[in-house]
Amino acid sequence: MSDTPQVEPVPQETRTLTKDQVVATPPPVKRPKEARPASLWGDAWHDLRRRPMFIVSLVLIAILLVMSFWPSLFSSIDPFSARTCELATARQGPSPGHLFGRDNQGCDVYARTIYGARNSIVIGVTTTLITAIVGGLLGLMAGTRGGVVDTVTSRITEIFFAIPSILGALLITATFRDQDLGIWIVVIALSILAWPMTFRIMRAAVITARSQDFVIAARALGASQSRIMFRHLLPNALAPVIVIATINLGGFIAAEAALSFLGVGVQSPDISWGLMIADARNRFLEAPLPLVFPAVFLSITVLAFIMMGDAVRDALDPKLR
Amino acid sequence: MRKTSPDVLPAEGGLGNEPLLALEDLHVEFGTRAGIVRAVNGVSYTLDSGETLAVLGESGSGKSVTAQAIMGILDMPPARIPKGEIRFRGTDLLKLSEEARTQVRGQRIAMIFQDALSALNPVFTVGWQISEMFRVHRGMSKRDGMAKAVELMDKVRIPAARQRLNDYPHQFSGGMRQRIMIAMAIALDPEVLIADEPTTALDVTVQAQIMELLAELQRESNMGMILITHDLGVVADVADKIAVMYGGRIVENALVHDIYKAPAHPYTKGLLESIPRVDLKGQELYAIKGLPPNLLDMPPGCAFHPRCPYRQDNCVTDVPPLYEISGTRNSACHYWREVLDGDNR
Amino acid sequence: MATTGERILEVRDLVKHFPLTQGIVMKRQIGAIKAVDGVSFDLDRGETLGIVGESGCGKSTLAKVLMALERPTSGSVMINGRDIAKAKGGELKRMRRNIQMVMQDPYTSLNPRMTVGDIVGEPYDIHTEVAPKGDRLRKVQELLEVVGLNPDHINRYPHQFSGGQRQRIGIARGLALQPEIIVCDEPVSALDVSIQAQVINLLERLQNEFNLAYIFIAHDLSVVRHISDRVAVMYLGKVVELGKDIEIYDKPAHPYTQALLSAVPVPDPEGREQRERIILQGDPPSPANPPSGCRFRTRCWKAQEICATEEPLLQIRTGTQHESACHFAETHDVVHVG
Repeated sequence: MSDTPQVEPVPQETRTLTKDQVVATPPPVKRPKEARPASLWGDAWHDLRRRPMFIVSLVLIAILLVMSFWPSLFSSIDPFSARTCELATARQGPSPGHLFGRDNQGCDVYARTIYGARNSIVIGVTTTLITAIVGGLLGLMAGTRGGVVDTVTSRITEIFFAIPSILGALLITATFRDQDLGIWIVVIALSILAWPMTFRIMRAAVITARSQDFVIAARALGASQSRIMFRHLLPNALAPVIVIATINLGGFIAAEAALSFLGVGVQSPDISWGLMIADARNRFLEAPLPLVFPAVFLSITVLAFIMMGDAVRDALDPKLR
Repeated sequence: MRKTSPDVLPAEGGLGNEPLLALEDLHVEFGTRAGIVRAVNGVSYTLDSGETLAVLGESGSGKSVTAQAIMGILDMPPARIPKGEIRFRGTDLLKLSEEARTQVRGQRIAMIFQDALSALNPVFTVGWQISEMFRVHRGMSKRDGMAKAVELMDKVRIPAARQRLNDYPHQFSGGMRQRIMIAMAIALDPEVLIADEPTTALDVTVQAQIMELLAELQRESNMGMILITHDLGVVADVADKIAVMYGGRIVENALVHDIYKAPAHPYTKGLLESIPRVDLKGQELYAIKGLPPNLLDMPPGCAFHPRCPYRQDNCVTDVPPLYEISGTRNSACHYWREVLDGDNR
Repeated sequence: MATTGERILEVRDLVKHFPLTQGIVMKRQIGAIKAVDGVSFDLDRGETLGIVGESGCGKSTLAKVLMALERPTSGSVMINGRDIAKAKGGELKRMRRNIQMVMQDPYTSLNPRMTVGDIVGEPYDIHTEVAPKGDRLRKVQELLEVVGLNPDHINRYPHQFSGGQRQRIGIARGLALQPEIIVCDEPVSALDVSIQAQVINLLERLQNEFNLAYIFIAHDLSVVRHISDRVAVMYLGKVVELGKDIEIYDKPAHPYTQALLSAVPVPDPEGREQRERIILQGDPPSPANPPSGCRFRTRCWKAQEICATEEPLLQIRTGTQHESACHFAETHDVVHVG
């Protein structure tokens, strides 16, 4: 039998070239022909390293992370120091040393944006991770097991869905107010309210995958429940969760802003992008820059994560490689 | 009664001795990311009233794409028809305006599909869907349309038609759904009926019912029928003539009796010989070796040459034309004489 | 085929009913789909039993019960004297090494996100005692070679193969544990005509090489005849006729078998106008509410009063040499395929 790749019956959908053909051209093929068996994750990583979209998003995310933990590398002005703000210069346009002008309090917009990255990114990333892991695992379990496990967890998520999000967040933050958890209270509130969404998506994707023949084949081989969950169902149900998680990330950063505006969450003098955007809103027409600058950073962050999510999702689908 | 612009539309009775439907050197290609897929590469055939033409081929042979081109239901782009004619009663359908095409589609050339469940709209009752044909194309009232729907459901032998008028497609069995689709297809008395694998999804006993129904409807209305299938048994049962497709080309066409008696193309021969036969039980089945061609990367010369036991050097370089064997028979094989003589390889 | 007469599978009075329930919280059973309803047969080492029937006759459910993917409502599936239907845990896992399956759809039966090496090697990951770890790669490559695939392709993914090649991958996976029985559920019906013969030949070659016993489920009667030693015809959850291939095809005794055989189009146009055709009316009744007595009586041209009241048992009847379940069984050779 020859091993030429086949074209699907439906001509609209043509097969991509086989991996070996694609890999054959660049000189040193990393993987010797048969010595090392490939795996989905290994192949995905091999593939990701050659995706420009992945590299760009990775660089952007790295810069943003460095910025959140060592903001002083990017700005010589310390926005927390009282001396750096002058009310007299409020809403001043760009000037040397203050490239993006000053905000309502006469503070440097650039420095505040750099220092605000930490809260925003920490809130966005940790909330995304928590919701993806908690919602994803519960969804995987409910979808795989079905029956009572599924019924009970699904009913519980419906209770969470019924809570109006802002009201719920206010309630949760108010409950933990005395504990002095700082920004983590926002993470907790958002996670509690957002995990059911990931749960739903993962559960639906798992249920679709579960009915496929390859899962039945694995059961016929005597595969354990956990092998079916993690080897067969998870890789086939991950794509929509990755997409929704990266899209949610921006939503969480924005939600933090809403909470700040309502007086819970990050509070002045602490800084976050959400807080900055909220503060600058009233005077947007007079002085757009204090709003535009953090908003652009927010967009770049969201975009970087969405790009990375897309790249990872595609790399995990052998058909798209 | 059905014409809006008589100067463009094909004449009712046909012109002189033009066949009902004639394909002339039809090409269809698809632009894809990976390159141009030439799904149909110069297909010609004719169909007369009351005649059944079977188009036989495997997936990827271009048999369904050809039918979709006749119906004008290809998505363009990605599909393109760079060359060829589809003459319906002497008028080239490809030159008609979209408006005029719509007048032909469904009314004079109708089609039924393999999967009746997805071809019917799940949220409307079957009565509504059948009567829609009359409301939209014939301007009938809702009541008259429904009366016609009952008539048609009786005609395709759906038991208790009147009671089932308000049922939804999912409430019917596979065979009954296929009947509903046939009812919709024949609603407006088409002159050509294209049946794309109409019984592939059905059980054999139901398949027999449907094929019998189609044959009966054809006898009554004298329509021409194009039966697209991969099943050599179904073809032998109902077809008058056959066009065998491989890799987007017709490799053999003939009257049905001739082809089963002595095929003139190695591919047809291979297909017929790979049918399990009683006297060969316990022996290995004849199998055509290799795989169907990759449409993105067609073999040069004859597309079948990598799998062909009759291959000679010129098969690799020269595309065989459709050699004329007799007035009703062609084969696209350089060595059709050897194949026809039954030289076993 | 090397049938030694050594019995390796005994199915007795197998019943599988799927309960139909109403209500969400307080589930209440309102009926049952009688998918498999009292099926018995035997299978010898190296033998092929063909099972034919139309959709809804319970043949796929039967396959699932044999594979212990579904627990039967009652009855037993004895493999080498042990009941897989009652086995649990470690014993069930061990027994699975003896019975494996090849599925119908080569597109959905392989995990699209696993390499071919992982798919064919998965049986060894699950049953670690079968092959020592260092040996697995070699074994997988051997299997690929046995089914006619390039052993260097272990790092490819299923979508890089054609339908026929994928089916070979599925067969290699089924062979990995060296089972004695393979349940083939419509193994060629999703393949192109020119590829079907290749896969059937492969299955036959493997049977001879490894002395496998096949349960071969298909709706294509000519394929079943070609590969089977014995054939069981199923209708609405019951076996209505069971016998050697030659008995079923040339001397069918049950009216349903006769209708089924005559409905299959014969790939030869000679004399098609004169051919006798038994065309059954209507569709099979719902397995949730099968007719009383003989289940085929609602579509049968021979039906009498007794058919509604008394269920015909599967037994050898006068004038026939094989088992059939019809009060009026009578051999009648219909023109048929194969």
